[in-house]
Amino acid sequence: MSAVEVVDLHKSYGSVDAVRGVSFEIAEGEVFALLGPNGAGKTTIVEILEGFRPRTAGGVRVLGADPETGGRALRERVGIVLQSCGIDPFFTVEELVRATAKAYPSPRPVAEVVELVGLTEKLHERVKTLSGGQQRRLDLALALVGDPELVFLDEPTTGFDPSARRASWDLIENLCRLGKTVLLTTHYMEEAQKLADRIVVIAQGRIVAEGTPDTIGGRDHAATVVRFALPAGYSVADLPAREARVDDGFVSISTPQPTKLLHELTAWALAHGGELAGLEVLRPSLEDVYLELTR
Amino acid sequence: MSDTAVSGTSVSDVGLLRSQLVMEQKRFWRNPTSAIFTFVFPIMFLVIFASLNSNDRIKDLGDIRFAQYYVPSIIAFGIFSACFVNLAIATPYRREMGLLKRVRSTPLPPRVFLGALVLSNVLIGALLAIIITVVGIAVYDVHFYGARLLAMILTFAVSAASCCALGLAVGTFVPNADAAPAVVNFIYFPIVFISGTFFPVNQTSVLAHIASVFPVRHVILAVFAGFDPLRSGASFEWGHLAVIAAWGVAGLVVAIRRFRWEPAQ
Repeated sequence: MSAVEVVDLHKSYGSVDAVRGVSFEIAEGEVFALLGPNGAGKTTIVEILEGFRPRTAGGVRVLGADPETGGRALRERVGIVLQSCGIDPFFTVEELVRATAKAYPSPRPVAEVVELVGLTEKLHERVKTLSGGQQRRLDLALALVGDPELVFLDEPTTGFDPSARRASWDLIENLCRLGKTVLLTTHYMEEAQKLADRIVVIAQGRIVAEGTPDTIGGRDHAATVVRFALPAGYSVADLPAREARVDDGFVSISTPQPTKLLHELTAWALAHGGELAGLEVLRPSLEDVYLELTR
Repeated sequence: MSDTAVSGTSVSDVGLLRSQLVMEQKRFWRNPTSAIFTFVFPIMFLVIFASLNSNDRIKDLGDIRFAQYYVPSIIAFGIFSACFVNLAIATPYRREMGLLKRVRSTPLPPRVFLGALVLSNVLIGALLAIIITVVGIAVYDVHFYGARLLAMILTFAVSAASCCALGLAVGTFVPNADAAPAVVNFIYFPIVFISGTFFPVNQTSVLAHIASVFPVRHVILAVFAGFDPLRSGASFEWGHLAVIAAWGVAGLVVAIRRFRWEPAQ
């Protein structure tokens, strides 16, 4: 059974159609990323799945239940990290995690969850003494302490510095090893590339692409670019390649057959007694594909 | 596919209520602003006014000593500040901070969360009432009628519960956390003044008639009945209690209909 099923989901706020016919499924144990620019409808979709808002039309199943009516029984099986949500500043990390754990039928041990998010040193510190990144990790601890089957992570690393982001990625990868299903929304393509098994890109309330991080948007078939500094004393016309562009002294050649092109270029370079300075072979990044899809 | 999510046995409400109540109490005592406003204000008013007027007598109430009226009226003030003001300010603050939405993202039942919140404020109001009474007896020589204790407890329970319901109701009209103190004080202080909290208001005056519409004067008079030296008997004030309870029920209906867990969009 799928952990999440969404069929032709619609959501309107007055005359504004925020979500316009979205369908997808998330398999159990899968890390599923929802990408899209601000205002694309990501958070609306996630909050419908979390049971915070009613849908206008369409079918939604979360762990087999309708999130609008699933109530307490459903919330016992789901962990939610909201996009931006305050934490009571007067409590310690331990008090909050322990109090939250009490609401679940079979919670994980408090110390274990705090350790998992790397806050053991802060166990007895008040929330107001935590940095923004530490508070976000506490968010994650609060979402995980009930030992949920499905975890919603709405932009979990926004505002993190690069090292904190990497630490969180390790953490989310740990979740997958625990067999959790994860629905992730993010602005960071690197994050989706690293964590997601599958990606859906949303723009203006519709799905514009779906696939794995390596294949989405035809990324696996897209042309490869070979780039190097134009050797001194030669012009583009001397090179054994057509359709080469020169920009700031660097040559870029786009090709569906990078092996053949490289062979020709390096043969030419050796024959002319030179080196191709700054030689690079570039695959289109997920970000390139994403920007193309959501333009 | 069925609509019911299968799960283990949910945690009992009683155990959850206890742990939530402990959290609410910790939260209150660790926040110096709320603790100071709730506790220090009524006690400060008691000390200032009772000391200033220590030798005065109140003609309208049968020439009784000032403190004998002032202690019950400050007990009433304490109930308003612990139950009504605290909730009317705390709930919009927690809503805007996203704290209520966070609660809603867990299986904690709303009735347990709100029950603990209300109970915590009622406990604070009770503690405040006891402190004011003890200070009144010890420092201002106020006479305490042990035989009226049951009536006093009932008056306290009805008043505190109604004030909590009204606090939750008013909180739903507060647009954001910054506006909360202004909105609440604008509603609250005029009514507290005309109801006779800081100086007795003659029963037959226009002010008293206006004040009688609102619950505050009824709370003051019902609490005063427990301290009134000119009466005898158990001092159950059913008329006042009925008005207070009616306001409480109205507050509860509004609170239930309008309560929102999420910040305004």
